[in-house]
Order: sequence, then C-alpha cells, then structure tokens
Amino acid sequence: MGASLQHYLKSFLLWELIKGLRLTGRQLFARKVTIQYPDEKTPKSPRFRGLHALRRYPNGEERCIACKLCEAVCPALAITIESEEREDGSRRTTRYEIDLFKCIYCGFCEEACPVDSIVETHIHEYHFENRGENIITKDQLLAIGDKYEQQIAAARAADAPYR
Amino acid sequence: MEWLTQIWLSTPSWVQISVISLLKIVAILIPLVLAVAYYTFAERKIIGYMQIRIGPNRVGPRGWLQPIADVVKLLFKEALIPTNANRFLFLLAPVITLTPALAAWAVIPFSDHLVLADIDAGLLYILALTSMGVYGVIIAGWASNSKYAFLGAMRSAAQIVAYEIAMGFALVGVLMAAGSLNLREIVLAQEGGLHHWYVWPLLPLFLVYFISGVAETNRAPFDVAEGESEIVAGFHVEYSGMNFALFFLAEYANMLLISTLTVVLFLGGWEPLFHVAPFTWIPPLFWLLGKIVIVAFFFLWFRATFPRYRYDQIMRLGWKVFIPVTLVWIAVIGIFTFYTPFGYWFH
Repeated sequence: MGASLQHYLKSFLLWELIKGLRLTGRQLFARKVTIQYPDEKTPKSPRFRGLHALRRYPNGEERCIACKLCEAVCPALAITIESEEREDGSRRTTRYEIDLFKCIYCGFCEEACPVDSIVETHIHEYHFENRGENIITKDQLLAIGDKYEQQIAAARAADAPYR
Repeated sequence: MEWLTQIWLSTPSWVQISVISLLKIVAILIPLVLAVAYYTFAERKIIGYMQIRIGPNRVGPRGWLQPIADVVKLLFKEALIPTNANRFLFLLAPVITLTPALAAWAVIPFSDHLVLADIDAGLLYILALTSMGVYGVIIAGWASNSKYAFLGAMRSAAQIVAYEIAMGFALVGVLMAAGSLNLREIVLAQEGGLHHWYVWPLLPLFLVYFISGVAETNRAPFDVAEGESEIVAGFHVEYSGMNFALFFLAEYANMLLISTLTVVLFLGGWEPLFHVAPFTWIPPLFWLLGKIVIVAFFFLWFRATFPRYRYDQIMRLGWKVFIPVTLVWIAVIGIFTFYTPFGYWFH
C-alpha cells in the first residue's frame, strides 16, 4: 500500500520528468565541447595515419630499397612496386604506386618497412578531382616526403620512446 | 495626401472594412511567420546547447540568417508528387494543416484592445480550429499512398483525437472559472497579479492542458507520428520542397499557438506579474510575448530531454490518466462553487 501510494505520488508530481529537465537545464549552461573544424583543429597523435609519403636520407638518397615487404603485407593490396638495378648496382624501385581508394590506412606498410621509407603523414585533408588521381605515384610520394620531412621526422622522434 | 483621403472616403464602407481587416491580418501573420522561422532556429540552438554543442553558427553572424537560408533552400527544392498519389488531396493536405494553425490567431487577445476578432465564442472557435489540424494529417497520410505515411497518419490521428478530449475538458475548467468563452474576458478575469492567475486553482488542468498541447502538436516525447527511427518521417515522408515547408510551418505555428493559449488561459495573458510600479511600466503586449517565449521554451526543453513514448503508453496516458484527472477536477470545481462557501478560490 505504502509503496504503491508513493508510486502514484511520484508519477503525479512528475518527479522523474522534473529530474530529467533539471539535467538538460544544467547542460544548457555548461561549457560547449564543439570544435569548429575548419577554424579549430584537435591535436593529432604522433601515430596519426594519414596520406602516405616516401622519405629520403639526409644526403638526398631515397630510402626505399624495393624489398617489397610493404607490398606483401598490405591487406588491401593497395601497393604496386616494380624494381630494377640502378647504374651503381643498387636495387631501386621504378614504380611505386598506392591506390588510395583501396588503402585502409592501417599503417602495416610503415611497420613492415626496414628502412623507414614508406610512412604515413599527418595530412588528412586531400581530395581528387579527376578519375585516376587516386593512384599516387612514386614521384608524388617522394614530393610529399620532401615537403613534410621535418614534420614526419618530428612525429617519429616523439613516438620513438614508446616503440 | 489630400487625394488619398478623398479616395478613401469615397470608397464604400465594406471595402474600407475589408482593407482594414486585411491590414490587421497581415500585421498578425508576418510577425507570426517570422516568429516561426526564428523558433526553428531557437530550437536548433537550444537543443544544441543542451547537448553541449553550439548548434548552427555558419550562416550570418552567429547563425542568425540560418532560417532564411532554410526557407530559400526549401523554396528552390522540387516539389515531388508520387506517381500513385492522389494529386488533389496530396496538395490540399498541407493547406488544410496550415490554415487552422494560422486562422486560430484571429481571436487571440494581444492586449486589452489589441484583438482581431473579439468574439464571444472565442474558446469554441479555438477548439473547432485546432481539431481541424488532424484532417490535414490524415489526408496527407492517405493521399501519399505510402505505407509509412499511412502508419504515421493513423498513429497521429489516434493520438490527436485522444488528447483533444483531455484538452477540451481542461478548457471546460477554465470556462467554469472565468464564466466566459471570450478569451479577452478570460484574461480580464485573471486580473490582479500572479496569485489571481488560473494556474494555481486549476493546476492539474494546466498541466494536463500543456502536456496535451505537446501531444496535439506531435512534438517530442509524443512524436510517434514522425518516429524517425520507425517510420522514417510519418505522414509527411512523401512531401518535399514547399509542400513540406507548409507542414513544418504549421507544426511550429501550432506550437506557438498552444504556448499562447496556455498563457492566455492559465498565465494571465497580458497581465503583469504584480500590479506595482516597476512591473506596470512594461507594456501589456511585451508581458504576453515574454510569457509566450517562456512557455514555448518548454517545448524545446522537452524535446531535448525526453525519449519518445511508446504508442500504448501514449494511449494509456491520454485515456486513463488525463481524462479522469480533468473530469475529477471539473467535479471539484463544480462542487466547491455550488455547495461550499469556498467557491471564490476558483474565480
């Protein structure tokens, strides 16, 4: 009897509804968490996996030795590599292409690479305007690497203690 | 200037009356439509704030031009009519929904003398017009020739009919207290400050009326008629462009209407909080608008807070809670008025 009376009293006083309203009413004045994206950006982890790049050694020599480990490990089969012997006798890629539509940005290529050549940068705002631009060539990859080398190196240095 | 007055005086009196009435109607409708536009903006902003985000802020300074952008978008959208729909009814439905939502404003007293049609049966007129809204919903659902639209219309019709009754009974309570169907006189009967408003003696009826009003306008938590997660958008799935905009306009106009009626019937209309100096300086129209804004805010607050009622819960609340509550309170008012010396509590 007492319990049911209490139940009726609670329902008719709209007690639980008022409790709900109080909560949302409080949130109305709470600090907002919105990040206004193009103007504000969230900080990125040094491990962020964005657009790919091929790196060079400080003397300008490209790192990639065409071992094809990245091609082998790539779960989406996004990487295509062809290689030949260069005049100095070293093995180098003649073709290094990544299909960005196939790529799932898992970062396995980066992990597989024995010379830290293929890396994933912090670039995540890019687009294609024509058919075929999704396949990114060796020259483009090297260009990205050259342009963002400082950032890439800094990110790797920041993460090194945890590897 | 001279010749204008000449023309005005030479026109027959019925033309003069029609022109003046038309101007008055425009003077009510244009602020109303603007209010509806900015009510949608307020809804997005307030619900955003309650969800700890900031809502639309890209169009114009702080997003203030967002409703204009929405209207322009809807104007330029194609108004699709499904192949198997009944064209005539399909196009008629939004009009039937919108017309009563706007026409009901004719009898709203904005202040002691600011009222378009000061008719004695104002409350009846309001009841009659708000009941019309359900036809628009049913016709829209049927004419669309779509399962979702039909289901939404059925749900909506059952719900509106159920809550209409509770709402009507709540109004009977006001009628008994005020002794008049004229909305202006109902407000005048509440004259004399906060403690004379009908919220206090008619508190249960006030709650029932407002909650039924939320259900009548198909707003959260009674929005099974739309039920995005179940039946897409309910009765207006097949509508697009301006036809959809009319439904939208009608819904928000109805919300404002219910808020206004709540203020007029229970919260003393244009009456100031107290009849003392600083309160009486504010003009009556602003008191009314201020109260409407507060009540209208509750619609948005509810939507940000409550999950949707299950269909059977809605029916249970309508038929088994609200209608008995209103009936009991009407009986209480009657008994107190006629058989005890405490009848003045309700007047």
